[in-house]
Amino acid sequence: MSRKTPPEPPDAAVQPTAEPPVRGGALADVLAARKIDPLDIVVVVDEEEEEKPRTRVRSDKGSRGAHSRGPRARITRFFLYSILFVFALWYLTPVYVLLVTSLKPTNQVFLNQMWVPVWPPSLDGFSAAWTALAPNFLNSLKLAIPAAIISSMLGSINGYVLAKWKFRGADTLFTLILFGMFIPYQAILIPLVQVMSNVGLYGSIQGLILVHVIYGIPITTLIFRNYYAAIPTELLEAAKVDGAGFFRIYRSILLPLSATGFVVVLIWQFNSVWNDFLFAATLTTQPNWPMTVALNNLAGSFSVAWNVQMAGALLAAMPTLLVFIILGRYFVRGLLAGSLKG
Amino acid sequence: MRISRDRVTSLVVIAPSVLAVAIFVYGLIFWTGYISTVKWDTLRPDYTGVGIANYQSIFGQNRFLMDIRNTVVFTLFFITASLTIGLLLANLVDRQIRGEGLFRNLFVFPMAISFIVTGVVWKWILSPGQAAFGTSPATPQGINQLFGLDPATNRWFTDPHIDYISPGSPAYGILHDIGLGFITSPNIGIPVALLSLVLAAVWQMSGFVMVLYLAGLRAIPEELKEAARVDGCTEWRIFRHIVFPLLLPVTLSAMIILGHISLKIYDLAVAMTGSGPGFATDTPALFMWQTAFRDDHFGRGAAAAIVMLALVAVVVVPYLVWTRRQEVES
Repeated sequence: MSRKTPPEPPDAAVQPTAEPPVRGGALADVLAARKIDPLDIVVVVDEEEEEKPRTRVRSDKGSRGAHSRGPRARITRFFLYSILFVFALWYLTPVYVLLVTSLKPTNQVFLNQMWVPVWPPSLDGFSAAWTALAPNFLNSLKLAIPAAIISSMLGSINGYVLAKWKFRGADTLFTLILFGMFIPYQAILIPLVQVMSNVGLYGSIQGLILVHVIYGIPITTLIFRNYYAAIPTELLEAAKVDGAGFFRIYRSILLPLSATGFVVVLIWQFNSVWNDFLFAATLTTQPNWPMTVALNNLAGSFSVAWNVQMAGALLAAMPTLLVFIILGRYFVRGLLAGSLKG
Repeated sequence: MRISRDRVTSLVVIAPSVLAVAIFVYGLIFWTGYISTVKWDTLRPDYTGVGIANYQSIFGQNRFLMDIRNTVVFTLFFITASLTIGLLLANLVDRQIRGEGLFRNLFVFPMAISFIVTGVVWKWILSPGQAAFGTSPATPQGINQLFGLDPATNRWFTDPHIDYISPGSPAYGILHDIGLGFITSPNIGIPVALLSLVLAAVWQMSGFVMVLYLAGLRAIPEELKEAARVDGCTEWRIFRHIVFPLLLPVTLSAMIILGHISLKIYDLAVAMTGSGPGFATDTPALFMWQTAFRDDHFGRGAAAAIVMLALVAVVVVPYLVWTRRQEVES
């Protein structure tokens, strides 16, 4: 290193500065200590991205000035990008295989030619997969869209009550509700089948919607509760003084501020319902199978060619991938919100 | 104090959700617990009490014991790999690189995909080649072909071997000396096929860990690091003494989330390997589903489900209580 004898900082000098936020515990507290709303973090990240040119200028100056200079910095950068590219390749490998295989004509799918693309591409695989899976694709849409909408409405009103109309024991109740999102659903599956049969919903898409809405209550309530907690209570107090009631406050103050919350929750629920396999495989029967179950069935049969399987997998992944590509930042906010408590 | 009308409204509004969770989460768990103590082992419910016989039955099955071993091995590898890769990627992405958004999205997109899709694709990629299916000479395919590996020795998820600590290895003697000899049992090893499952699961989940760490890193004040730099700290010391301690809470959150996912892992195994060779990739979730819904042994299936719930609860309940306390303190 070019720097000469850096004075060893006594550990004591470093530790105290580092300590207070640590004691706080969860990430949420670290953020709270810095007065950052967890949901805002990614917005900050995204804003940086938008003003990239400026950031880059700043960083170039920074790295030349403060840290290190010259060829050494360049070598570090080279390694940095090399590692990133290797990981990018790893993440993209399945995508490459999916695309290349699904676009092969059926008579050219050879096991030992898996990495070689075939030109011209063929839609054999997609047309066969679509013929087999189209009804199930529609089932998944009929399932995931209503489930996501109902879930988000429930979550919003629950979050409103638990954030702004706290009653005695509200926080304990909230923790008890949260437990519901961690349980292995196997622990309720047998009686759930009994209940659904008894009310005549076993095997139907409506029944599956109901199940997803119920087991979506914890996560949707969590996201909205944290979202609404950031809205100043004074705003609500002022409205109360003006004579606004429970629903009036919700409609005129909370709802207009809720757009982002709804997008985050809608995406989250759409994703988890679309991608669910366990409930779907247990609670629906053939004509009502959603995409995941139908795909697993298709892929499990030895008589189905690989190009058809890969095309089917791509079709199953398409809707959630599209949502991710278009609304990725809200997806990430959901990921963060779902993992932060308090 | 008089209870206002709005207060009543708020309670009425939240009541249906509370009731739904009370019935469908707690009520049904209770009912599963009850089923685990009854005979019910045909399609028709039979509520003759049998005490703990169902539990004795499943713990008497080698398959279930292997499932527990698989869960422990899977969890250890899955969490270690995901945390390491997530932390590494977060640190790389956080270094003001070009195309940061692109890299971030590349690392996160698998989260938007179903485990079923992941399983189907990785099964295709990791198919070792024809040797595994009994024909010779072996033609490598998939990953073996890509890296020029011999399909006879690199069998990925079709490999029935269990790696365990053999009497010849130095660790064997040490473990026996310190009273941990049971770890060297051939039943406690690492099923090779399970590692293919870990590979696919890490592919799917490590980006999520990166997102958590990235949020954690960006919450650390730049001034803190700058101050240390002024004091002459090397970047490594800054990471070791400032960044790393501040990331511990994030690490804990990530461990809990990954841990409870891996204890329940089902879809991925179903799509990729099923139970695997000699139950090498079997999991308690697969055991539960097949015991109950394929073989109609509902009593035993319920017992397996309760064991799974207990495993998850051991991890999750202290975490929920802890976060709850944190919230009260702040």
